[in-house]
Amino acid sequence: MTTNGTVAEAGPAPRARLSPRKRKKISLAIQYAVFAVVIAVVVLIADWKSIQHVFLNVDEAKKAFPGIITVGLKNTIIYTVSGYVLGFFLGLVVALMRLSDVMPYRAVALIYIEIFRGLPAIVVFMILGFGVPIAFEGFEMPHDPYGTVALALGLVSAAYLAETFRAGIQAVPRGQAEAARSLGMSQGRATFSIIIPQAIRIVIPPLTNELILLFKDSSLVFVIGFTLSGYELFKFGESLSTQTGNSTPMILAGFFYLCLTVPLGYVVRKLEAKQKRGRV
Amino acid sequence: MTHAVQLVGLHKSFGDLEVLKGIDFTVEPGQVVCVIGPSGSGKSTLLRCVNLLEQPTAGQVFVGGAELTHIDVDIDAARRKLGMVFQQFNLFGHLSALDNVTIAQRRVLKRGKRAAAEVAMRNLEKVGVADKAKQYPAQLSGGQQQRVAIARALSMDPAVMLFDEPTSALDPELVGDVLSVMRQLADEGMTMLVVTHEMQFAREVADVVLFMDEGVVVEQGAPARVIGNPQHERTKMFLHRVLNPTHADEAAAPS
Repeated sequence: MTTNGTVAEAGPAPRARLSPRKRKKISLAIQYAVFAVVIAVVVLIADWKSIQHVFLNVDEAKKAFPGIITVGLKNTIIYTVSGYVLGFFLGLVVALMRLSDVMPYRAVALIYIEIFRGLPAIVVFMILGFGVPIAFEGFEMPHDPYGTVALALGLVSAAYLAETFRAGIQAVPRGQAEAARSLGMSQGRATFSIIIPQAIRIVIPPLTNELILLFKDSSLVFVIGFTLSGYELFKFGESLSTQTGNSTPMILAGFFYLCLTVPLGYVVRKLEAKQKRGRV
Repeated sequence: MTHAVQLVGLHKSFGDLEVLKGIDFTVEPGQVVCVIGPSGSGKSTLLRCVNLLEQPTAGQVFVGGAELTHIDVDIDAARRKLGMVFQQFNLFGHLSALDNVTIAQRRVLKRGKRAAAEVAMRNLEKVGVADKAKQYPAQLSGGQQQRVAIARALSMDPAVMLFDEPTSALDPELVGDVLSVMRQLADEGMTMLVVTHEMQFAREVADVVLFMDEGVVVEQGAPARVIGNPQHERTKMFLHRVLNPTHADEAAAPS
């Protein structure tokens, strides 16, 4: 042994001046004290009147209703859900192309993913909102602004969803495809009846995460530019805030985003826990 | 008479590794053929070549007289004649036991929902897991899963059943359930090609035992001869190791 013979030394264990139990107690007490001091300082320095006036102004908040729900929240949900549905199916197609035996399909899928995952969403929205209508004159997206927004969010989310689906498809054990093929199913039949249903179950938690991210990304579609009836939560709060110079509407908009994303985050955690227990 | 399965000069290589070095044998209708041999000897690869889950590098595979290795063969149609049971069961995790057994009947054989369910229940009954029809694979024991997998293969009305080490992934106390189902199938006259380590099963149920080592068939014949009185040194050595695992280091016992 290199540590010279501590084991050999008999007798009572050496004692520190403070027992570990006492030391832990003191350490905890200090941590609580620091916390209390910081809170006290913030409470004392802050100008609560003006904070409340700017961020939690009841009169300003009243002006935001009911529009923030009937226009802002409604549009945020419509934009996000329509973009997600489009991105879901487009992403599935891109994922299958990415795993295809046909080289050009793989190449197209890879280029698509790299472009739309690599570009900031706001760049895609600008191009779709301004460039496309001018370049393709006379072409109109159906149900604008909903059509354009769904396309913009769908194109961006499809790139992320494609990679999620690819991971899911590759996570399905090889034996599943072999069993399906040995029963006489064709490659395509095995993919759609056996592989994809299981792949989607595997990636439900990350798919839900993508939905949360898309709720937040939907705030960027304001750059496409619409009239008041097309405002989503962010643009609705932002326009009220700039009109009045008061941030309460933005706080409200933020609150409604959290109303959407926090429950979804909870769902993701539940699903992940459930998968860990092995029951998908 | 056409052979149920016939392999002619079968070779299979994975890259530089030659796993099968020219295999020739036949399985006659109604026969049970057990393939034994050390791991890495190519037994599983051989079985997977029969239904072309592995594409042979050279040689021919005939099933019921039709050549599966022919370049224009409809492999999906040909595989319907071959039921396959895997070591890892490979039940479809998103489907109940019953749906596992009906899905290929409905999608491949285009049977109606009722007809498929009837065939499925008959086969689940036969393998003794009819009461688990509504359960999902994750809720079943390994032995139950493997029996559902057998029912799934049987429901396609195969001419030949292929078993790839069907009991190797099972807890010891569950092996018997699966083996007794297989024995019952053999008694009913099913043509079976079985890769197995269960010497007792091979000895009692097989019509022919094949001993494989290093990609070739070393010895084949009736179980009493191949297992009871092996002629080749490699067969003796292998059987000695398998039958007396605690004395594996001793020299092969004189038989």
